[in-house]
Amino acid sequence: MAKWEMMTGNKAAAVGAKLARVQVIPAYPITPQTTIVEYLSKFVEQGELKAEFIRVESEHSAMAACIGAAAGGARAFTATSSHGLLLMTEMVFWAAGARLPIGMAVVNRALAPPWNIHVEHTDSHSQRDSGFIQFYAKDNQEVLDTIILMYKVAEDERVLLPAMICLDGFILSHTYMPVEIPDQEDVDLFLPPYEPKGFLLDPEEPLTYGSLTLPEHYMEMRYDIQRSIESARDLILKYSKEYEEIFGRYHGGLLELYKVEDADYLLISMGTLGEEAKVAADTLRREGIKAGAVRVRVFRPFPTETFVNTVSEKKALIVVERHLSLGGIGGALGTELKALLYGKTDVPIFNYVTGLGGRDTTYIDLAKIVKHSIKTGRPKDNYMWYNLKMG
Amino acid sequence: MSAVRNLGLTKERFLLPGHSACHGCGLAINLKIVLKVLGKRTILVIPACCSSVIQGPYPKVAFKVPTMNIAFASTGAAISGVSRALKIRGIEDVFVVGWAGDGGTVDIGIQALSGAAERGENILYICYDNQAYMNTGIQRSGSTPYGAWTTTTPIVGKKQFPKDLPLIMAAHRIPYVATASLGYLADMIRKLRKAKEIKGPRYIHLLSPCPVGWRHDSAHTVRIAKLAVDTWAWPLYEVENGRVKVTVKPKRKPLKEYISLQGRFKRLTDGEIKLMEEEVIRRYEMLLKMEKSGIEF
Repeated sequence: MAKWEMMTGNKAAAVGAKLARVQVIPAYPITPQTTIVEYLSKFVEQGELKAEFIRVESEHSAMAACIGAAAGGARAFTATSSHGLLLMTEMVFWAAGARLPIGMAVVNRALAPPWNIHVEHTDSHSQRDSGFIQFYAKDNQEVLDTIILMYKVAEDERVLLPAMICLDGFILSHTYMPVEIPDQEDVDLFLPPYEPKGFLLDPEEPLTYGSLTLPEHYMEMRYDIQRSIESARDLILKYSKEYEEIFGRYHGGLLELYKVEDADYLLISMGTLGEEAKVAADTLRREGIKAGAVRVRVFRPFPTETFVNTVSEKKALIVVERHLSLGGIGGALGTELKALLYGKTDVPIFNYVTGLGGRDTTYIDLAKIVKHSIKTGRPKDNYMWYNLKMG
Repeated sequence: MSAVRNLGLTKERFLLPGHSACHGCGLAINLKIVLKVLGKRTILVIPACCSSVIQGPYPKVAFKVPTMNIAFASTGAAISGVSRALKIRGIEDVFVVGWAGDGGTVDIGIQALSGAAERGENILYICYDNQAYMNTGIQRSGSTPYGAWTTTTPIVGKKQFPKDLPLIMAAHRIPYVATASLGYLADMIRKLRKAKEIKGPRYIHLLSPCPVGWRHDSAHTVRIAKLAVDTWAWPLYEVENGRVKVTVKPKRKPLKEYISLQGRFKRLTDGEIKLMEEEVIRRYEMLLKMEKSGIEF
């Protein structure tokens, strides 16, 4: 029988990795990811998880060792955050280029200087061109469930790409919530123990991977990655449904929709802001404003058709995010959504940047933002700051 | 060829003809020998270095063992991952080998290598030391010798002595560290065979003359590799379970015999050569003292 436990997002990530029967875990501690590494060390040392734990000397080495482990035929997992992810960047891109279905938990945290250990999405957004599949979670249950799901997607022979689950630093990583832990036997049915396939280092079949490739061939390899990550869209939907059939939980496929059908205004966000947005929608509806919420659960591959079909007929879209591309024209989500919808619909798109470095952003703030958008009518600026104490 | 046969090497080739190494390339000779000794059940992990080029551009390949190319700084970590994956899969008869140049070992890759050694990973790391960043076109590395011309020490030559990575590795208290030179093949093969029998982190540092970067006649590769040892510029030793042993003790020849064959040293003054020779003698004698004293790392 599945059992319930009060646990943090970090424990949910570690338990998810354990249930996924990861075999090699190279990891390096960084706040606020640290307890993931600690839980997994304990699981391995106590014999609860049959895995090799590699206490690497850096995050760059963590992902390099994941690459080695996956190429050596094992299911590999790591976790990091913020500067760790940026130090790892070279290997993040390498993992995807090498077509290895590695799993990673990224605890979202702002970048220094100045030092800040709180939530922001700049770290994982900086990896959006890497070829990694990117999930963003709203709660601890989704963290656990998505780790199991993401291996199913990543290891599918039509995909063979790494995947990351992003969880908001402290808001999820250190907050206790009730989480249902599925039975190992059920998980094994959905995600059987790993059988190495695809890109494997095998002396019986000596292949060379990643060798020098000239302009004559390189572009087709990039094309192949793009085609594979795009095929993950349907597979995420398919496997999310299968997951629901076995475990009774569905967190949304690519997008989690809340009261969108009759809504005039949609709050569009990622991570835990998506939960606040639901409460904000209810609050606004009590005041007679028909609002709904869209939570972008999968940022890579970016939801396309689903997004267009969901939002095209609305009065306004209000994108709120914990990210700003410095020198750019807004956050990653707002910018990409505008690019997606250009020429397909005239719906006004507002992009608000807020909550950077962990500044608290609640449903009250989101409701205010919606009202501000309605008052503005059509957006005058590419993006707007919210809750800025200057200017 | 008959000499090679007498060393008990297999006729099977794992570095296939048609690879794109330069004429007289020391690394190609080294790799050919290494793979013959290690055999078919070997996995190579290679960072950015000349070996990432000579394996042949896609879709051609000249290596007959499974090979993974990896980013410059990450060899030590990547082989750790491969080794652990094989361990958990119950595969025990495969040699996981990091094969890297000096830049990828003594400079950008030292952290990952040090981490792997400290963790006691079951790996064999081989550095083929051509004493500069040859793949990018002869830039100074931490392993470039004193006085050598490179494209980043173009006028006055390198002013520092090289990092002693074998002794740095020995300080990690790993079971086996060795230096070798293709000028002394029997010694090199014996060390590779020994490394094959040992579990845990093993580190072998191979001298790898580079006709292009060292500015020498490509016919002189083996001669230079031998002279490096005979002039004590490249001492051949091993550190087994912490105990130093100098494995070849030649009667010392003047350093000039080694460096005069190489254009990279041609601007050295007599004073500089003297300084270099004194340092070479000091380091060699230091090793002899370590051996004699029986100290253990």
